[in-house]
Amino acid sequence: MLIARVVGTVVATQKHRKFEGAKLLLVQPLNLDDSPRGSTLLAVDGVGAGVDEKVLIVLEGRAAGEALGRRAAPVDAAVIGIIDSVDVYGNL
Amino acid sequence: MQIARVIGEVVATRKDENLTGLKLLIVQPLNADRQPAGKPLVAVDAVGAGAGEHVFFVRGKEASFPYWPEEPPVDAGIVGIIDHWDLG
Repeated sequence: MLIARVVGTVVATQKHRKFEGAKLLLVQPLNLDDSPRGSTLLAVDGVGAGVDEKVLIVLEGRAAGEALGRRAAPVDAAVIGIIDSVDVYGNL
Repeated sequence: MQIARVIGEVVATRKDENLTGLKLLIVQPLNADRQPAGKPLVAVDAVGAGAGEHVFFVRGKEASFPYWPEEPPVDAGIVGIIDHWDLG
């Protein structure tokens, strides 16, 4: 899983039926210092996340479909949690 | 599977219901010479790993197998705590 920031929402009227009712979010994966990590992705929202929130995303097809509550959905990324805190241990 | 070190944790109160009770740890993958291999990621912990420990983790849907028949939506999971490793 990766930490990411929700940077936008996406509206698509014409889409595969398995996406019906799904919320699509634009998410920017982050490094631990909150700098951008790679390119922006589209993820389905499984938890009701909003713009600017820091979230946990899963990047795997079956898991993303599970988050959406649908088997065999053509998805590969999903928001599975809204992050309260990230603690990087010091002095290991 | 890959060797990694536990370097942090993530707390998320609002999450997919199948993630309830699972510990989310930040792991830094390592090469055999203990140097970082790539960037850190978040993994669920199936074995009770703690801060600073060397662990091994699995990627992909297999990360959910320790929780079967529950199917949490995860793509990386810690499945072992390493006592030590030796290079030939």
